[in-house]
Amino acid sequence: MGKTFSEKILGLKAQKEVQAGEVITVSPDYILSHDNSAAIIKEFQKLGVKDVKSPQKIVIILDHVVPAASEKYALNHKTIREFVSAQKIQNFFDIPSGICHQVFSENGFALPGKLILGADSHTTSYGSFGAFAAGIGRSEVASLWATDEIWLRVPETIKIEIEGELPSGVYAKDVILKIIGDEGADRANYKAVEFTGEVAKKFSMASRLVLANMAAEMGAKNGYFKPDEETLRWLEGRAKDKFKIISSDPDARYEAVLNYNISSLEPQVACPHTVDNVKPVSEVEGKEFHQAVIGTCTNGRFEDLEIGARILKGKKVHPNARVLIIPASRQEYLHALKKGILEILAEAGCVILNPGCGPCLGAHQGILAPGEVALSTANRNFRGRMGSREAQIYLASPATVAASSLEGKITDPRKFL
Amino acid sequence: MKKGRVWKYGDNVNTDVIFPGKYTYSILEPEEMARHALEDLDPGFAQKVRPGDIIVAGRNFGCGSSREQAATCLKYAGVQAVVARSFARIFFRNAINQGLPVLQSEEAVDTIENGEEIEIDFIKGKIKTARGDFAFPPFPESVMGILEAGGLIPYTRKKLEGK
Repeated sequence: MGKTFSEKILGLKAQKEVQAGEVITVSPDYILSHDNSAAIIKEFQKLGVKDVKSPQKIVIILDHVVPAASEKYALNHKTIREFVSAQKIQNFFDIPSGICHQVFSENGFALPGKLILGADSHTTSYGSFGAFAAGIGRSEVASLWATDEIWLRVPETIKIEIEGELPSGVYAKDVILKIIGDEGADRANYKAVEFTGEVAKKFSMASRLVLANMAAEMGAKNGYFKPDEETLRWLEGRAKDKFKIISSDPDARYEAVLNYNISSLEPQVACPHTVDNVKPVSEVEGKEFHQAVIGTCTNGRFEDLEIGARILKGKKVHPNARVLIIPASRQEYLHALKKGILEILAEAGCVILNPGCGPCLGAHQGILAPGEVALSTANRNFRGRMGSREAQIYLASPATVAASSLEGKITDPRKFL
Repeated sequence: MKKGRVWKYGDNVNTDVIFPGKYTYSILEPEEMARHALEDLDPGFAQKVRPGDIIVAGRNFGCGSSREQAATCLKYAGVQAVVARSFARIFFRNAINQGLPVLQSEEAVDTIENGEEIEIDFIKGKIKTARGDFAFPPFPESVMGILEAGGLIPYTRKKLEGK
């Protein structure tokens, strides 16, 4: 019987044959953390060791509240900078860089066949490069800094085949929302997901990142794409290290194989207050909102901003809609700036914010008041996530958010394309 | 084990309603975290919870963010254990790592009612209620070690000292 990607890579790391269900002890290739590094440092200091074990494995990217929105955030950032300097951590990215998942990828840490653990649930994003990448907690990162060891359970794998032809006005975000809506928020809990099929293979790296990122919203431990020419092209000049492609055997045992034909898919919207409360746009059209967001680790890349600009070019956003644009990273920001995308969006009346997580986790830059409604390209719409618990959050693709921004209410983007 | 009063909730209780994102980088003290426990799910909880109380919930408890404060705030609010139909993966790890027992039992969740008093016997692996006892699967040895040490940080510290 063949092995899945997860069984193969975790077997390599554990230096033995492993099967789904086994608990193993491994040492990751990279350990990611962000603003939460301040809290991790506090835990690390309780361990009674002076130095981190493998500084070269540690990647710290400030993104959640950048620049600091209050004295407390400023103190956290200061604590992190001092620690990074004292521990000689080279892979530190300060506030101009952008969202950790984009910055980590752009800087070539997200590589095929690597084991990456991060103190962020959307660490699953790097599966788009053929890595095994999973979210862990703060105590675990502190412990990893000191010991370079962690226990993991080898997950079962669900294969999701995405076939057909992507219709005009329908994007990676709509595909993953459809899957999460059908399968539920815990379908892949404790499991790995492997995306395949002709549509998945045709997706750009930016689009693959959308699916792998949101695999977390099905509870998945990892969201894998088999590396191909597109992956290798993207990694050229960026890869930080040598890497080896690892992929599932043709006769691997899957927990389930799900088949999606998306040829007649319409744009999808996740409604309050769970990500699996998904409806086709036609069922929520006309819902008025106060704030729109195009950005986040899910949909803040150049291709997302470009779609937004295509729809908003030469027009004005609705006077009742506050439209926030947050490029995922400095690189994406500069790319959009040089191509005139940001100018188009600013001319249309959008607010252009600096790269970072923005209001996605409700800490700053566009907090919702009670009774307000937001339409966002983010990955989560939980109650209270963007501020008031009396606010509502809808999730959609950048095209749907841009088209809706013109009308001030949820709108099918296909009439603007 | 002493008896605990039950707070019963539904499916998909996510980390944002357990511990809102707006506090995740501004509150670092566990006692202060406890004052915001379940704030966006049950705003009265943090004031009314008593040491030893037990949360009983449906599927996928703790889904969403990797924020460990979701486990920390419950632990410091005095919650003795969480019983659920299932737990989200990262929350499960975080709870163990904070020394907060998380127990899976479909039948117990079916039976137990909000406000009733139940008892957990960790040694025998049983949840004892007025309407009968329910077994929960024992923890693997590695997990038991972390729980017994009071969480991953004291566990790792001990391990490092032993080396």
